[in-house]
Amino acid sequence: MTRRSFALPVGFAAAALSALLAAAPALAAKDTLTLGMVLEPPSLDPTAGAASAIREVTYANIYEGLVRIDAKGDVKPALAQSWTVSPDGKVYTFKLTDKAKFHDGAPFDCSVVKFSYERAVAPDSTNAQKALFAPIEKTECPDPATAVVTLKYPAANFLFNMGWGDAVMISPATAAGNKTNPVGTGPFKFKTWAKGDRVELARNPDYWGTPAKLSAVTFRFMSDPSAATAAMLAGDIDAFPLFPAAEAVAQLKANPKLTVKIGVTQGKTVMSLNNARKPFDDVRVRRALAHAIDRKQLLDAIYSGYGQVIGSHYSPNDPGFVDLSNTYPYDPEKAKALLKEAGIAPGTEITITLPPPAYARRGGEVIAAFLQQVGINAKLVPVEFAQWLDQVFKRSEFDATIISHTEARDIEIYARDKYYFNYANADFKLLYKAYTEATDHEKRIELAQKMQRKLAEDEPNVFLFLLPKIGVWNAKVQGLWDNVPIPANDLTAVSWAD
Amino acid sequence: MSATDAPKPARPRWTRKWTGMSASFAVGLALTLFFAGMAALSLVWTPYNPIGLDILNKLKGPTLAHPLGTDAFGRDVLSMIMTGARNSILVALVAVVVGAGGGVPLGALAAARGGWIDNLVMRSTDLAFAFPALLTAVIITAIAGPGAVNAMIAIGIFNIPVFARLTRGSAMSLWKREYVMAARCAGRGDVAITLDHILPNLMAVLIVQATIQFALAIVAEAGLSYVGLGTQPPMPSWGKMLNDAQTYIFQAPYLAIFPGLAITLSVLGLNLLGDGLRDLLDPRIRRER
Amino acid sequence: MIAWLGGRLVTLIVTTLAASVLVFFVLEILPGDPAQLILGVNAREDTLAALRAQLGLDQPILWRYVSWIGRFFTGDFGISYTYSVPVRELIAERLTVSLPLALMAIGLSTAIAIPVGVYSAYRRGRFADVATMGVAQVGVSIPNFWLGLLFILVFAVGLGWFPASGFAGWGGGLWPGLRSLILPALALALPQAAILARVTRSSVLETLGEDYVRTARAKGLTQRAALWRHAVPNALIPVVTIIGLQFSFLLAGTIIIENVFTLPGLGRLIFQAIAQRDLIVVESLVTLLAFAVILVNFLVDLVYAAIDPRLRIAT
Repeated sequence: MTRRSFALPVGFAAAALSALLAAAPALAAKDTLTLGMVLEPPSLDPTAGAASAIREVTYANIYEGLVRIDAKGDVKPALAQSWTVSPDGKVYTFKLTDKAKFHDGAPFDCSVVKFSYERAVAPDSTNAQKALFAPIEKTECPDPATAVVTLKYPAANFLFNMGWGDAVMISPATAAGNKTNPVGTGPFKFKTWAKGDRVELARNPDYWGTPAKLSAVTFRFMSDPSAATAAMLAGDIDAFPLFPAAEAVAQLKANPKLTVKIGVTQGKTVMSLNNARKPFDDVRVRRALAHAIDRKQLLDAIYSGYGQVIGSHYSPNDPGFVDLSNTYPYDPEKAKALLKEAGIAPGTEITITLPPPAYARRGGEVIAAFLQQVGINAKLVPVEFAQWLDQVFKRSEFDATIISHTEARDIEIYARDKYYFNYANADFKLLYKAYTEATDHEKRIELAQKMQRKLAEDEPNVFLFLLPKIGVWNAKVQGLWDNVPIPANDLTAVSWAD
Repeated sequence: MSATDAPKPARPRWTRKWTGMSASFAVGLALTLFFAGMAALSLVWTPYNPIGLDILNKLKGPTLAHPLGTDAFGRDVLSMIMTGARNSILVALVAVVVGAGGGVPLGALAAARGGWIDNLVMRSTDLAFAFPALLTAVIITAIAGPGAVNAMIAIGIFNIPVFARLTRGSAMSLWKREYVMAARCAGRGDVAITLDHILPNLMAVLIVQATIQFALAIVAEAGLSYVGLGTQPPMPSWGKMLNDAQTYIFQAPYLAIFPGLAITLSVLGLNLLGDGLRDLLDPRIRRER
Repeated sequence: MIAWLGGRLVTLIVTTLAASVLVFFVLEILPGDPAQLILGVNAREDTLAALRAQLGLDQPILWRYVSWIGRFFTGDFGISYTYSVPVRELIAERLTVSLPLALMAIGLSTAIAIPVGVYSAYRRGRFADVATMGVAQVGVSIPNFWLGLLFILVFAVGLGWFPASGFAGWGGGLWPGLRSLILPALALALPQAAILARVTRSSVLETLGEDYVRTARAKGLTQRAALWRHAVPNALIPVVTIIGLQFSFLLAGTIIIENVFTLPGLGRLIFQAIAQRDLIVVESLVTLLAFAVILVNFLVDLVYAAIDPRLRIAT
């Protein structure tokens, strides 16, 4: 066979193939959205699992609570259209909407509120955030459209907490099946779930409030960063609100069809230190570690420079934020001096336990190199998340670990008697107690700032950075959140331009 | 080409065979020595510190300063590949030693004693073969934690049945030979016969198999490291380099080339070496071919 | 014959049982609590206990094994801890990816390897033979996950002909689904084809030297006719064995390839289930895979008997 006669069929086949592959469906006026997510939710019931992915599919879309958190992190009315709080901060009276219905037609009224809240604290409850409901003494229904919730003690964050995905309203008839067949009161109804691949929702035509503009939504799960990049570039995915490939952002920004929005998350990423273990019980050592790490370069290496350096356990879009990121500037000499002062000999070995997320595994490599510079040999021990929970979180058997605390406004963990990093500081506990009991806004802000400063001073953990929120979507898509005050992909107001 | 074409009279078979074999054997030996040399060199010298970060110079393509480029942390890819060779060889070596150390005695025992012992050993190897090797390695490393040492053990365990079966099969036929029977009649024990007559005669077969298992172990280690269960950072490993490369496949495609090339060439070298050794060491097989 | 079949069947069941015991008790050593993984770091002790009770994890281990294996043989594999759906459904869903992938890979590798191997044997010693066997030697040495990566680099990133990864699903018709399986299937198939081609070649060469082929030639059959009618069918016996062995290799091979291409198949299910401590899924799946391998080996033996008349008579 000659070269020429061979080339022809191949060329033809290639042309036919590319014609076939290029034949995408013609685009009509679009009112559907395909949204990319890194992790698949293990279930679709936010009242029986902690995974953020559950909320990223269901929050505000399928389920609603009495109140909701909006894009700015503020508490807004949802199924409760208004409320009043008694002067002692202990009795909340919610005025409920009387139009809402569950997707199966069951009505929403005060009995549902009572059921949902009582179910969350029942002995057989599997609510991952049972503590949120701990202040509730009782829920009463003077009439179907009024819910009166009485607390055992005033709780400053109570309304905000009732806006979490864990506190959504669940119908008694369908509660048991919500993991696989979620039924809520939201503007979208559950359609199908192809495990390992996608979840599809459709607009709820009988929605009680402002109907959604999108007629259908598909959530697709893609854990591989390069696959996510390819899918965005190819237009297979319309929006990737938590885009996993920071290294591809420059390329995506250059594409006029795409919008890239860098926002902030609640992901306070820290190198947690076991404060009960030597040498981390010595504040000089903890400060030395903070001085030893160039957090700007760390972000450059693992997030292409996106993300925000932090100096305390507080997100910049929460009330009362103070920028303390320069408390311990990168200064290896100072770090060495502090270590020497604390009696740490060069060559001392510490272990850093690394859970699976990339910020930990890759960040660990960078941090180990920085620590090497100041004479500390960091041994990296990668573990699965199950093992991390068991060994680090539950049994506190670790020197140091890298983890992102993604829960909103969780400075409270430093006030706990027993928490995995063993900070247990009496002064901080007093500060926190005063904060929760304060009812005056100014006072609360002042105390929030004091708490942040106290943590920066003690540096119980090396505060590293806030996970970047890299949102990438089709330039015509509007209405997605820029920031992540709580884990959610609120699609109620999303639409296509033109 | 036409169907009636008879094969052309070629050079005498033996020359063709000899030159062909020695060529592949030579290439195999050269490749193997090349990687072994690279690994040895990395003990004393690499162009850069293979674990030293240089974030300002990250993701630079191949240049004179960095002939194979730099990775996402600015590490020199050439230095990493050199150190990775050491890691691959070490893991594979231990895995083969574990496999042969466990499998050869078991196989020899089964062949010498026969009966229920033989049955037990053979059924156990059946069972071991029923689990896809990689799957089991995944489970073992999940239980024991990821890491080079556990990867060695996981891969090594899978070599045990391979060596056990080979040893048993070859030893069985040896036990039927006259000189073994004679030794037995002379009152020598199983152990003594195995050590004096059986194992020395198995050496050739075992060495060839060990070479092949060595190559497989290198691939297995790379595979485990690729999925994050093998060698852990900061120690460079070829498989992990490929995994990192996939993250940057749009930004730095060259990262995906060199570690894969290193795996392929070292495995190719060992395979060729194994083929060559088979022909050199085992006259029986050579005659049959 | 029937006694032989019965014996093989008993071995099949006993080996599967042994495998299930091994898998179950080994996995129970895994550190980590499924309940804590589901409920996260803020879960309280009483909540964890409630979930463990719900999942049946508070039962004694022996009892859990017995009730699991008892139902296993009826085809009921229990309920997944994380997904709360029957494990059987999960597996069935993932099989729609893994099975076509493995079949495509084995089909491709056989379709490539047998003609190449036969041709190579036919042209023994010539350039075509030396060249193909050289390529095969390299092919044997390429790890399939690197080949997959190279395919992504060339055909997805470079040319944009195929998706870089992910599975389009069968919902949108046959083509989108097949299209996302082509590169992974090729990456799996080519190294296997290299092995198979070498086996085919040497096996055909061996039979070409046998008396019956010489007789056929003496009867006046052309070289080619003798090759196809006599040598190849007889040479297929070892080839079938290798294909059978490759099937079990492919089942495991898909684990890594599914990771390379992020396909939602059985391999990723296993990885995910191990990470999430969804032990019942891992246990059922691994036992099932072991069973499949044992079954395939059993079938290979049957095919042996069918292909080789001598074996049929002997047994």
